Amino acid sequence: MQDLDALVKDALAAFASTGDADALEQTKARYLGKTGLLTEQLKGLGKLPPAEKPAMGARINAAKSAIEQALADRREALQNARLEAQLQAEALDVTLPGRGNSIGGLHPVSRTLERVEQIFHSLGFEVADGPEIETDFYNFTALNQPENHPARSMHDTFYLQGENTGGKHLLRTHTSPIQVRYMESHQPPLRIIAPGRVYRVDSDATHSPMFHQVEGLWIDEHISFANLKGIVTEFFRLFFERADLQVRFRPSFFPFTEPSAEIDMSFGEGWLEIGGCGMVHPKVLQNVNIDSERFQGFAFGMGLDRLTMLRYGVNDLRLFFENDLRFLRQFR
Amino acid sequence: MKFSENWLRTFVDPRLGTRELADLLTFGGIEIEGTEPASPAFDRVVVGEVLSVTKHPNADRLNVCQVNTGAEPLTIVCGAPNVRAGMRVPTALVGAKLPAMQIKAAKVRGVESSGMLCSAKELGISDAADGLLALAADAPIGADVRQVLDLNDIIFDSKPTPNRGDCLSLRGLAREVAALSGATLNAVSVPAIPAEHNAQLAIALKSPKACPLYCGRLLRGVNVKAPAPDWMVRRLARSGVRSISAVVDVTNYVMLELGQPMHAFDAAKIDGNIQVRFAVPGEKLALLNGETRELNPDFLVIADEKKALALAGIMGGAQSAVGDDTRDILLEAAFFDPDVIAGKSRVLGFGSDSSYRFERGVDFSGAREAMARATQLVLDICGGSAGPLVVAESAAHLPQRKPVDVRLARVARVLGVAFDAATVADIFTRLGFTHAAIEGGFRVTPPAHRFDIAIEEDLIEEIARIHGYNRIPSAAPVVATRGLPQAERRRSPASVRRTLAAREYQEVVTYSFVDQAWEADFCANAVPIALANPIASQMSVMRSSLIGGLVSTAAYNLHHKQSRVRVFEIGRCFATQGQVYQQPWRVGALACGDASQDQWGIRPPRPVDFYDVKADVEALLQTRGLTFEAAMHPALHPGKSARLLLSGNTIGWLGELHPRWQQKYDLPSPPVLFEVELDAVVAQSLPAFHGLSKFPPVLRDLAVVVDEKTPYQAILDAVNAQKPASILEFSVFDIYRGQGIENGKKSLAFRMLVQDTHKTLTDAEVDSAVSEIIKILQNQFNAKLR
Repeated sequence: MQDLDALVKDALAAFASTGDADALEQTKARYLGKTGLLTEQLKGLGKLPPAEKPAMGARINAAKSAIEQALADRREALQNARLEAQLQAEALDVTLPGRGNSIGGLHPVSRTLERVEQIFHSLGFEVADGPEIETDFYNFTALNQPENHPARSMHDTFYLQGENTGGKHLLRTHTSPIQVRYMESHQPPLRIIAPGRVYRVDSDATHSPMFHQVEGLWIDEHISFANLKGIVTEFFRLFFERADLQVRFRPSFFPFTEPSAEIDMSFGEGWLEIGGCGMVHPKVLQNVNIDSERFQGFAFGMGLDRLTMLRYGVNDLRLFFENDLRFLRQFR
Repeated sequence: MKFSENWLRTFVDPRLGTRELADLLTFGGIEIEGTEPASPAFDRVVVGEVLSVTKHPNADRLNVCQVNTGAEPLTIVCGAPNVRAGMRVPTALVGAKLPAMQIKAAKVRGVESSGMLCSAKELGISDAADGLLALAADAPIGADVRQVLDLNDIIFDSKPTPNRGDCLSLRGLAREVAALSGATLNAVSVPAIPAEHNAQLAIALKSPKACPLYCGRLLRGVNVKAPAPDWMVRRLARSGVRSISAVVDVTNYVMLELGQPMHAFDAAKIDGNIQVRFAVPGEKLALLNGETRELNPDFLVIADEKKALALAGIMGGAQSAVGDDTRDILLEAAFFDPDVIAGKSRVLGFGSDSSYRFERGVDFSGAREAMARATQLVLDICGGSAGPLVVAESAAHLPQRKPVDVRLARVARVLGVAFDAATVADIFTRLGFTHAAIEGGFRVTPPAHRFDIAIEEDLIEEIARIHGYNRIPSAAPVVATRGLPQAERRRSPASVRRTLAAREYQEVVTYSFVDQAWEADFCANAVPIALANPIASQMSVMRSSLIGGLVSTAAYNLHHKQSRVRVFEIGRCFATQGQVYQQPWRVGALACGDASQDQWGIRPPRPVDFYDVKADVEALLQTRGLTFEAAMHPALHPGKSARLLLSGNTIGWLGELHPRWQQKYDLPSPPVLFEVELDAVVAQSLPAFHGLSKFPPVLRDLAVVVDEKTPYQAILDAVNAQKPASILEFSVFDIYRGQGIENGKKSLAFRMLVQDTHKTLTDAEVDSAVSEIIKILQNQFNAKLR
C-alpha cells in the first residue's frame, strides 16, 4: 500500500522534472510501459488471495488514473510552452508601415457633388443631366431671355464657330437648360436637381471660365415661395452640418423666376452670397407646355465650387482646375 | 451706380442711419454693394481768408501768411506756390487731426506758425497735389470745411438688377426708399420755362416705334465756359462722373437726378431740321469717344437734313458736340424703344450711361420735366435765353401700361402665406401703382417708370418685396410620400469614381476646351469644334478625348517632383457627327511611374505596364463579353494599343502613350492610359444564380507551344466555343519563351477546371475532356504538346 502511494508520488515528480516531449514519453514507459512499475503491480494482482483482489485492483486503477492524468497535464504544459516560445520568436515590428497599394481619391468638387446629390436624394429629388454644348434657345430663349435682353450681359457667353442643326450653339452658361429639357419630356410633379459644368468668359482669382453649378427644380400644384425658403434652408443646414446656420433671401432678378431672390448664408458673423432662386416664371412653364395656372414651383441654383471652398476652407478657385496632386490628395 | 447719400436724402429722408438705409435698399432688391465715406475723417479745419502773404525771412520757397478765420488773425507759414492774398482756403487749426498728420503750433525756420493751409490731398479728398485747395470766394469765414464742402457724406454703390432701370436715378432710388420705409418723397420743383425767343428746329420722327417721343429746345447765347457750380461737380464726382463743361455736366446731372438721359448739340453744326431715323447702310459717324463707326440700318440716329449727328440713345457725334466756341445749343430729351438700344453695346464694344438706361427702359412721362430742369440749370449757370419747347410725339407708339389683375388667392398660393386686401392695397399705394379692387383681388395699372410689371407674378413679387422676403415663413412642402427609382442595371458615376479611387487613381477636373495641338496629336482631329471667342489659344477648341487633359496633368505633376502619377477624369467629350454635336460622357485614366508605390520589403519597383492598367480596365468594366483587340490609335504606341469591344462595338481604348508624344509632352517615362465610354462602364447586368456542383472538381494543367503571333484571345474564343461542358474554366497561367522553345514560338501553360454537375468524373472522363481541348489547340493553332 505504501508502495503504491510512493509510486504515484515518484511518477508525478518524474513527469514534473521532465523538460521535453521525448523524455516525457520515456519516463511514461517507466511507469506505464509493458514492464513499467505500475504494470508490474497489476501483474502481481493475480497472486493475491481472491478476497483482497477487488480492493487492491481498485487502488491500483486509481493510482494508474492519477499517473495518466499527470502525464496528460504535463504533455499539454510542454506543448503550450513550445508554442509560446515559437510565437515569441515570430513576433513582428507591428509599427512598420503596411504594404501594397494605397488608394486614390475624389476631386473635392465631386465630393461636394456626391454630398449634394445624397442630401437632395433624401429630400426626394432625382438627378437630371443635359448637354454642355447648348443652343441659344435652351440656354436663353426658353428661359425667358430673348436676344438682346439686358440680363444676357449678366452671362458672358462662349459661342462656337459656325452653325449646326439648331442654329447658333454655345457653351451653357448655367445648368438651367437641363431643367427646360427635363420639363419638356416630363409632366409635373417634378423634383430634380441638375448638376454640371458651366462656362462663362471670365478668368481671374475668383472666376474660372469653367465651373460647376447645381440647380434644383420642384414643380407641383402647391409648391410655394415659403417652401422654397424651407427646402433651401434645410439643404444648407444639412450640407454644412450646422443647425444654427442662418439663411436669408433678398429680392433679385432672374428672367426665369418671379419672384426671384438671392440667397445669403451666415455661420454667425457676416453674410455670404451663395446662390439664386425664385418661383419658376409662368412663361418658362408655358414654353414647355406646362399649365402655369395649375402648376407652380421653385428653382434654385448655386456654385458647387463655391460650396466646396466654404466647406473645406479652400481660398483660391483656380486650385480646383490646376490638378496639383498635392492639393487633390488633401481630400481623400 | 454710385451716388451720394446726402443727395438721396434731399429727396427722401427716412429716420434711418446709413447702414439701415443701405440694408433697406438691399432687402428691397436694390443691392448696395458697398458704402464709403466721401472723405476721410479730419477735424478743426475751417474756412480761412488769406489776408496777406510775405516772403519768409529765412526760406525762399516759404511764405508767411496772415489768415482770418473769424477771430484773431493767425500767422501761418505756407509753402504752396498758389497762395495769394484774398483767397479762401481750408485752414487746419492747431490741434486739428488730418488724415495723415496732426497740426501743432511750431516754429518753421524761426517763424511761429499756428496752423496749416491745406491742399485737397492733405485733406484726403483728392490725389492731386496742385497747391492749396481754393474755396469759393463766398465761403463763410470760420465755417467748418466739412460742412462747406459737404464732406460728411457717404457714397453708396448700388447694383440694380436689369429689370429695374427706374432705379438708375436719385429720384428713382428715393421713390423706392419711400415705398420701402413709408417716408415722404419730396417732389422735384421744376419751374415752367417761358420762351424768350422763337428760334426752333422742327423734329421729324421717321421711325415712331423706335423713337415715339423727342423733345428739343434751342438755347441761345449760352456761355459754355462758365464753370459748373461746386455742388454739381461734387455730386457728379460722387457718382463717378467727371466734370467736363457746364452744359455737359447739366445733362449728366439731370440724368442722374431724374433718370432721363439728355444730350446737348452745338446748334451751329446742325443743317436744317432734326429727324430721328435709322441709319442708311454705310453711313459713317465720328463719335464723342473718338471712334468713327460705319453704321447699318439697325442703328437709330439723330440726324439733320444732311448727316447723322448722334447715335440715338447711345452717344453723341464729335462734329456736333458742344465745344469752347459753342454759343447756341440744342437740348434733347427723348424716349427710345429699349429693343432698339438693347444689344447695341455688344455690337459696338462699348456702351454709355445713356444706353445703359435706355435699354432697361426710361420713364417716357418724364422727358418734358427733365427738359425743363436741364434748361433752367443751363440758364442759371451759363446764361442765355430759352426758345420754345418742341415736342414730337407719337402717343400710339409709347409703351402701354396695361392693367394687370392680381388675385389674393393666387398670392397666397404662390407665396405660401396669405395677405389681406388692406395690406396689399397699402403696398400698391406706397409703390405709386394705380389700383382698384376687383372680385377677389385688384386691378393694377403700373406707372410709366416701371417696365417690369406685366403679369400677375410681377405684382406678387412686389407684394413679397415690400412686405419683406424675410418676413415670409419657411415651410416644409406637404406632399404625398413616394420612393425614387433605383436602377440596378445602371450604377452611378459616383461608384465608378470610387472603384478607380480604390485602385489608386486620383480624380482630376481638366478644362473642356483645350489646345488645338492636343486634338491634332492625340485624336488626329484636324477640324475640332472651335470656340468663336476663346479666352486663350490653348483653350480654343472643345476636347474630343480626355487624353490631352490627363497627359498634361501628368506632365504638370511629374514636373512638380511627383515620381508616380495615377489620375482619372469623368467628363463629356465633344465631336461633330454630320450636323449634330455628340457629347458623350467618358471615363479616362492614366498611370505613369512605378507600378506600386515605393515601400519596404518588396522586390525592386518596376514601371507600370500595359497589363497593370488592363487589370484596372477589367475591374472597372466587369462586363461579360468585353474583348480587346490590337488596333492603332493616334495617341498610342502602335504595338501596345488595344481597342475595347463590347458586343462588337468599340467602347474605348487602352495603351501606352506613343513615344513621340511622350517626348513632345516631356514625360520621363511612358504612361499607360485608357478611355472608355461611361455608358458602357455604368451598365451592369443583374446577378443570375447558377446551381453549385456537389461533385469534386479536378484541376488539370496543359502546356503547348504555339506560334508567337497567336493571340491568347483567339485561343480563348476557340476553346470557349468548342470545349466540352465539363471544362468549366480555362485560362493561361504561364507564358515562356527561351531555352527549349524554338525562335518565333511561345509556350503557353493553361489551367483547366473540370467538373460535372451530376456525377463524380472518372480519370478516363477527365482525360477525354482534356484531350478534346488538345485537339482544338492542335487543329486550329498547330499547337505542339510540351
